Amino acid sequence: MASLVSLHNVIKRYVRGKQTIEVLHQLDLEVPAAQFLALMGPSGSGKTTLLNLIGGLDRPTSGEIIVAGEHIQNLSSGQLAKWRARHVGFVFQFYNLMPMLSAERNIELPLLLTSLSSAQRKRNVAAALELVGLTSHAKHKPAELSGGQQQRVAIARALIADPTLLVCDEPTGDLDRASAGEILGLLQLLNRDQQKTIVMVTHDQKAADYASRILHVDKGQLIEAAVKSAA
Amino acid sequence: MSVFRQLSAVVGMNLRNLPQRTGASLVIVIGIAGVVAVLVSVLAMAVSFSQTIAGAGSPDRALILSGGALQEAMSSIPRDSVANILDAPGIARDREGRPIAAAEALAQVQVEPKSGGKLINVALRGVASVEPELRPELHLVEGRMFRPGLHELLVGRSLEERYGLGLGSHLEFQSGDWTVVGIFASSRPSTFDSQVLTDAQTLLAAYQRDWFQSITVRLAGPGSLDQLKRALAADPTLHVNAYLESAFAAAQSQALNTVLKWIGYFIGGMMAAGALFGALNSLYASVSSRSVEIATLRAIGFGAGSVVVSVLAEALLLAVGGGLLGALCAWIFFNGHVSSMELSGLQPPIAFAMSVRPDLLTLGIVWACVIGLAGGLLPAIRAARLPVARALNAVV
Ligand SMILES: Nc1ncnc2c1ncn2[C@@H]1O[C@H](COP(=O)(O)OP(=O)(O)OP(=O)(O)O)[C@@H](O)[C@H]1O
Ligand SMILES: [Mg+2]
Repeated sequence: MASLVSLHNVIKRYVRGKQTIEVLHQLDLEVPAAQFLALMGPSGSGKTTLLNLIGGLDRPTSGEIIVAGEHIQNLSSGQLAKWRARHVGFVFQFYNLMPMLSAERNIELPLLLTSLSSAQRKRNVAAALELVGLTSHAKHKPAELSGGQQQRVAIARALIADPTLLVCDEPTGDLDRASAGEILGLLQLLNRDQQKTIVMVTHDQKAADYASRILHVDKGQLIEAAVKSAA
Repeated sequence: MSVFRQLSAVVGMNLRNLPQRTGASLVIVIGIAGVVAVLVSVLAMAVSFSQTIAGAGSPDRALILSGGALQEAMSSIPRDSVANILDAPGIARDREGRPIAAAEALAQVQVEPKSGGKLINVALRGVASVEPELRPELHLVEGRMFRPGLHELLVGRSLEERYGLGLGSHLEFQSGDWTVVGIFASSRPSTFDSQVLTDAQTLLAAYQRDWFQSITVRLAGPGSLDQLKRALAADPTLHVNAYLESAFAAAQSQALNTVLKWIGYFIGGMMAAGALFGALNSLYASVSSRSVEIATLRAIGFGAGSVVVSVLAEALLLAVGGGLLGALCAWIFFNGHVSSMELSGLQPPIAFAMSVRPDLLTLGIVWACVIGLAGGLLPAIRAARLPVARALNAVV
């Protein structure tokens, strides 16, 4: 199967004062389309760093990153923003919803970057709300929703523009077990039924078990943990 | 189309968030309101004052001052020279052939306002009684003319209204008791409105002077000024200069207007610098409190431009709010307010009505916008350059 995400010889260093830390050492990674990949590893091992590179939020010190055929390390930050809008949906540990916008307005945000009409946007938002089971909460502000519900709004927002890739940084890190189960089930469903490619960072082995493949970030390299049957 | 949608979404989100930053926002609004209120008030004062002075001159009259004197109060013309001067050609004459002219004397007196309060400085002008042909714009509105030789006064209407120096009031100065017998007004803007008039000879006697300050003459016609000037220059004993009254007033008001405006710009500028730093600080704080929101929008794919515009829109909105508030204060407190100012220490104060004109209000709003945008620029750039990954990681 063709890789949707390819990393070759990726090095990422951070300079902090006089100190330079190399977080990722000549890392290689291939993520085939429609894979649900979990990235695990101890705190500070560089999981978020890797995820940010894949999602085009940050640029590598060297090496190449090809996502959906695009060498994203060469893009300017303006081009990168446009590229993210088209190709990547983000889900964060703390949801990062806009507090003063209702659930439906939050979900609509990525569509404001497209040429869809307001009627089309409304229809798509309604469909996304239904997919995450929050139709009845469309007008609620984030503060009026539980953590699990907020994360479902965030997933709807990440999906609304039909991205090539879904990138999730500890999406259940702030949730109780039951809510976490719902979120992970939802991600699994998206992967199985809609063939969404998902890269998810997690600390939690139980969360990782929902994925089709698990990789450990260790000393700046990736170690294959288990190969499960592809979805 | 989508660019506009993107902008309005980000700007709208930021502005809806403003109530959560009331304190910081008020710093901007009040700082800028102060700048605009002061700027507009001082400029209104400058403009109104200089207009009053400029409007006081007539193109039909000439003002004769002693050589080298730039102001009436600094001039002195000996009593003996007056007849010679009035013989000069170019001066209009009445039916009996008398020159339409008045040698006038000025003194500054301190009087006690009948309405209470501390002593005020007022100009006392000794005039001739043939005034109506010389200054038709002046007319009695109450009482009667002063009689030569008696300590009788006419009071300008704005002085009367402001300090209650009405008919029958007694004023004490120059070891004498003076009685107000008439109130006069001017049908055109005039500095006379805030002066007290008496008979010139009476004034000279009371002050034991034998010189006048100035001679005002009605010109016979076009070209008369040059004729008069040439004749005065030809007589080496006189040492006087003649000026067209309107040009003299305009020149005085021009210089004054410039000085007052610069004072306004200077004070306004100092305050603006303070308001600008206040705005800068508040907007930096606003950007940093929004850093996760901004980073999230950038991650979703919103452009740096819309983030910049959202910060500038916040700055502009608060600045315009402050500008309107300041302009409103200036207008409420000073429009129509009667104030008085001295042209120089040597001259008595002149009363004038302040008019806070629309162009000054507009200028105030423009200043407000400039301060807002200047204060917003650096924070906007910081917001645009926010490292997205790190800002997101700050919470995650
Ligand atoms: N912007 C940055 N500047 C400097 N150092 C950074 C920066 N971001 C991350 N680091 C460092 O890089 C290393 C990896 O960080 P990263 O956030 O990728 O770890 P992580 O595996 O996601 O950890 P966690 O499980 O705690 O989220 C850490 O040592 C961190 O301190
Ligand atoms: Mg992390």
